Amino acid sequence: MYGKGILKGLSVTWKRFWDTYTEDISWMLRGRKRYNSDEGIRHRSSKDTKGIFTVQYPEEQLILPEETRYIPFLVYNVDAEGKKEVLCTSCGICAKVCPPQCIWIVRSNDPVTGRPVPEPTEFYIDADICMNCGFCAEYCPFDAIKMDHDFDIASYGRNIYNMEKLLKPSSYYESIRPQNFKIEAEARKAKEAFKAAKAEASAAAPAS
Amino acid sequence: MMATALQTSTVDLVARFPGIVSSDARPGYTGFIVNKENLVEVATAVRDEFGFDLLTAVTGVDYIAENKMEVVYHAYKTTGGAGLVFKVQVERVDPVEVPSLINIWAGVDFQEREAWDLYGIKFTGHPDLRRILMWEGFEGHPLRKDWKEPFFEEETKPFKSRWPEGKHTFAEQKNPFRDNLNFPKDFDPEKYTVDKEEDLYASLERYSTKDVEGSMKTDHIVVNMGPHHPSTHGVLRVAVTLDGETIIGLKPVMGYLHRNHDKIGERNTYLQNIPFTDRLDYFNSMSNNFGYAITVEKLMKIQVAERAEYIRVIMAELSRVQNHLIFIGMLMNDLGAMYTPSLYAFEERELILDIFEAVSGARMMCNYFRFGGVVRDIPDDVLHKIKGLVSERLPAKADEMERFLNENEVLVARLKDIHVLNAEDAVRYSVTGPVLRAAGVPYDLRRADPYSVYDRFDFDVAVRHSGDMMDNYLIRFDEIRQSLRILEQALKQIPQGPINSQKPAYQVRVPAGEAYGRVESPKGELGFYVVSNGKPNPYRYHVRPPSFVNLTAVEKMCVGTKIADFVALLAMLDIVMGELDR
Repeated sequence: MYGKGILKGLSVTWKRFWDTYTEDISWMLRGRKRYNSDEGIRHRSSKDTKGIFTVQYPEEQLILPEETRYIPFLVYNVDAEGKKEVLCTSCGICAKVCPPQCIWIVRSNDPVTGRPVPEPTEFYIDADICMNCGFCAEYCPFDAIKMDHDFDIASYGRNIYNMEKLLKPSSYYESIRPQNFKIEAEARKAKEAFKAAKAEASAAAPAS
Repeated sequence: MMATALQTSTVDLVARFPGIVSSDARPGYTGFIVNKENLVEVATAVRDEFGFDLLTAVTGVDYIAENKMEVVYHAYKTTGGAGLVFKVQVERVDPVEVPSLINIWAGVDFQEREAWDLYGIKFTGHPDLRRILMWEGFEGHPLRKDWKEPFFEEETKPFKSRWPEGKHTFAEQKNPFRDNLNFPKDFDPEKYTVDKEEDLYASLERYSTKDVEGSMKTDHIVVNMGPHHPSTHGVLRVAVTLDGETIIGLKPVMGYLHRNHDKIGERNTYLQNIPFTDRLDYFNSMSNNFGYAITVEKLMKIQVAERAEYIRVIMAELSRVQNHLIFIGMLMNDLGAMYTPSLYAFEERELILDIFEAVSGARMMCNYFRFGGVVRDIPDDVLHKIKGLVSERLPAKADEMERFLNENEVLVARLKDIHVLNAEDAVRYSVTGPVLRAAGVPYDLRRADPYSVYDRFDFDVAVRHSGDMMDNYLIRFDEIRQSLRILEQALKQIPQGPINSQKPAYQVRVPAGEAYGRVESPKGELGFYVVSNGKPNPYRYHVRPPSFVNLTAVEKMCVGTKIADFVALLAMLDIVMGELDR
């Protein structure tokens, strides 16, 4: 019969249409929120999702996985006296590895001796050219540059980020990437312990 | 290992053609060097006597220090196995002349035009040797080593200005019409209009049929579709000559998205190229990464960590599933079933992209592969999610999609018995991927020339025989099912262990030599030809994109059909402009 295939196909559309409402009702009966709640959004992006699938941006936003990467930022620690301690040593690896070459750094020099100091005077990222590849964060030996989660940065002008715009506290880094932060903190601690043990051993060696 | 199996061949061309062919003795190089005068003779023998019926890649290399230009040919057998590399070396004069092989392998058409455009190698005997990616009237041949692009800073990255002084000038502050940008004499950019298209229309002319005596006299009209046409999948322009509704001549015009990926790749370091490959076929960045990674690993002669091999296969197959889903959705769009099927396809794709985002950090521009492995391990919860998708959701959704569309009378009427390509033409035109398999040639690199760990999985090469549009459409479902089979086995077999065999390094040491690596990307054979001279940047970096080479056959496919079917035929090739124009 001509039209049987079309009707068969339409039954799929019809089923999908109803699925939205049956899902809504079943969530309502169980007293749970399908919309505007983390649980609902998580369900809608799981393998069990049925019916309506879309997320009403910007009222609702997808839950970003930890690894999501967008424009990099620089991490600083706040020490006991509330002073900012920038982790970047201006070694230049990020500028060298950057595929579109959108990072440029001015290294500081000691005003007295003229020798380089491990701290940047200026640090720029051209966010319009940045391709969000994450190499800078991946190859930074000091965990000083990290990829952000902040993706809605559309603007009318040119986005050239300077130090002021790039610096973010390590507590922010911890909040967006708790797993990575934990692993890195442990690695740093282990390294320090290893160094201390080595120093102790070398201090003990000449005495014996 | 595989790396050598791909490159070496048992064919002895030197014994067959003494004095004409010599083997390439440069360290790290393989294959044969053929005398320019005898190229056609040797190539005919390669095809007819040795059985290398599929010529996949043709490209040039500019050895400026030796004052030589080289044309490199990679030929394979559709029955599988190792390939044959043969080269022609000519003195670097302007213009360089090499005989065209278009009468032996029709698939060299666009690739020879590309080599002419970017290298200035004139293929004598090519019937339609025009520029293909650059515009007519462009001065110079950009891939030559002595050609400098506008805003040229330095020969290779990293550029020295960025650190430690941080002296960087923005591109827009430089005057675009002064900085080493060359224009032809009497060229005024302000007054430029496209007026050099006589060649294009002349090339269309050669198909025009003379009016038969006594029949009604009809006019032929030329219709330009695109570059801004919603169904050409991006900025592709097609000039079509019509006789009524029948296509009698057709020429694709491309290059609107051209950025000279090859030249960028030669400025980049090896590592920096990985995120750039994401931008080729932006639906399948995982497959693109895969192709580039295995090519460079072949040059570096390193093994890939066992677990990483499995992760790579999982990602590449997931990428294939979502690509074919998008293909089906977009085909429906092109046929006029706007949005419902394509959004159903997007729904499953969304779930796969969520996985990509969780492992790599980005949904489309994954940048996930590194030499020797991958960036990071798959977290357990993501692995669990992949398992759920592969064993429960995706098979059910593929069934649902088939129930939804396959018997639809309108769809069947549009697709059934509309001929795409027969097997012979598909091979002649170097078509690879699903289009070749739908024509009845069971050629799948995962089987024909296995790379990575594909030889460990039990799967069938999807193949269909009539080569009509319906088969081209249905084969995508077959491939989705086979990919799911591979995924299930890979998820079962995946071992624990490190995810990279190398220490993380931002500059890799690549010994001098050449390598051609290829993978079965969802659209066909994706090849990378990389030449290293031992420096941190590749000397030659060439991409052999499946979309570009498959498009060579579009003229053959469409001449004689109705204009209404052209859009659907183009959709069958599954082209992506990011990779076509590079």
